[in-house]
Amino acid sequence: MDRLDLFSSTSAAPTDEAWTVVQVTTRGKRLIEAGFDRLWVQGEVTGFKSYRSGHWYFALRDRHAQVRCVMWRTDTQTVSAPPEEGAQVFVEAQPTLWEERGEFRLTVRQLIATEAGGLWQQRLEQAKAALQRDGLLDPQRKRRLPPYPTRIAIVTSPDGAALRDIVSVARRRWPGILMYLVPARVQGETAETELVRALRTVSRLPVDLVIVGRGGGSREDLWAFNSEAVARAVAAVPVPTISAVGHETDISLTDLVADVRAATPTAAAEAALPDRDECVAQLAGLARGLAIGLMTRLDVAVQRLERTGDRMHAAVTGKIAVDGARLDTLATALDAMSPLKVLGRGYAMARDRAGTVLKRVDQFAPHRAFRLTVSDGDVNARVERPDR
Amino acid sequence: MTDRPSFQQELEGLEHVVRQLEREDIDLDRALTLFEEGVGRLKRARKLLAESETKVKNVIAQAGDAYLEEDLDV
Repeated sequence: MDRLDLFSSTSAAPTDEAWTVVQVTTRGKRLIEAGFDRLWVQGEVTGFKSYRSGHWYFALRDRHAQVRCVMWRTDTQTVSAPPEEGAQVFVEAQPTLWEERGEFRLTVRQLIATEAGGLWQQRLEQAKAALQRDGLLDPQRKRRLPPYPTRIAIVTSPDGAALRDIVSVARRRWPGILMYLVPARVQGETAETELVRALRTVSRLPVDLVIVGRGGGSREDLWAFNSEAVARAVAAVPVPTISAVGHETDISLTDLVADVRAATPTAAAEAALPDRDECVAQLAGLARGLAIGLMTRLDVAVQRLERTGDRMHAAVTGKIAVDGARLDTLATALDAMSPLKVLGRGYAMARDRAGTVLKRVDQFAPHRAFRLTVSDGDVNARVERPDR
Repeated sequence: MTDRPSFQQELEGLEHVVRQLEREDIDLDRALTLFEEGVGRLKRARKLLAESETKVKNVIAQAGDAYLEEDLDV
């Protein structure tokens, strides 16, 4: 393109040598395009319109000025989503003059938003796609959390609310727990590196699971948890992982990779730790099950003895024999389980000198000595006459 | 993680005992043995639940696979 001489005196020509409009715009266009290389411009999107043709029209503005922009379909296709009204963007553009309207404008080749829904979103989508390709977002990868952990790791800032929230849930729900804080900055320039390093450290610890996260913050504050490197480090942890980043509504990349996503650190701790009160109740239920199970077996034994016409109870005051030494131990143990107190209520156990339990009539030879244990002690006894 | 059985192991053992005890075909001796085992597990499980000290340790990674841990007040 030939350089134009801005200081030539053509404007001083007589009126019959007047320029046509198109001459002006053509010249203007050449002038502008020659004067500008392609450049990056930062500004706020306003008046955005996407046409059915696939072209985008909008203006960029800052506090002092604004400039019209067009982005052709071939270029808009490379942008993941149209910019929001008011979004701060960077555009790579060629300034030009649109001759039809004599309008100065930018032909935008690339558009990158600098906030929510823009550049970050784009990077996030790219990272997500990469993780997806490697199968790290596969639901089949998700591991179940251990139901009763004894040791857990927490990857978060030592100064943040997240740690305090998790510890306070632990004290309330599952106080016997041992927690390892693996400290990492959760925002700022070093956050990504520190989180990755901390997650690697977790794999050396003797823990049942790990919670990685932080309390709420701005989107920028939470950004380290959208890092592909951090997400990959979460995926590489050998024990089940819970990701808890920020607020209810924010979903981060680590949330997608972790085995469990919790809305907040508090929710993460609640998902990780069982409730002691519920466990106590569960044990009480099992204690009842034990008692009922044994009682049922005893009843069956009693009925069987009665059916076979055993007359042992004549010799032992009508009581069925049960191992008394065991009963003692059981009775103590069972004090806590009141249904079992009945056990001591009249069962007894006959044993020979060797301690073998005598269960059948033919074990009671005439005149044979045996020990009969009742609820409060032993009785020495002797068979008078087996009666069957 | 530890040598002694965990709460989970005791709980699962206890559940197994109760299931066996509910079966029709075990004799009294076996029932008593199971019952004693169950009571033992119950006691130990309750003891584990009674532990109430929540410990927090700060982990400081060292070179290689080593790390230091120190008690942390939270």
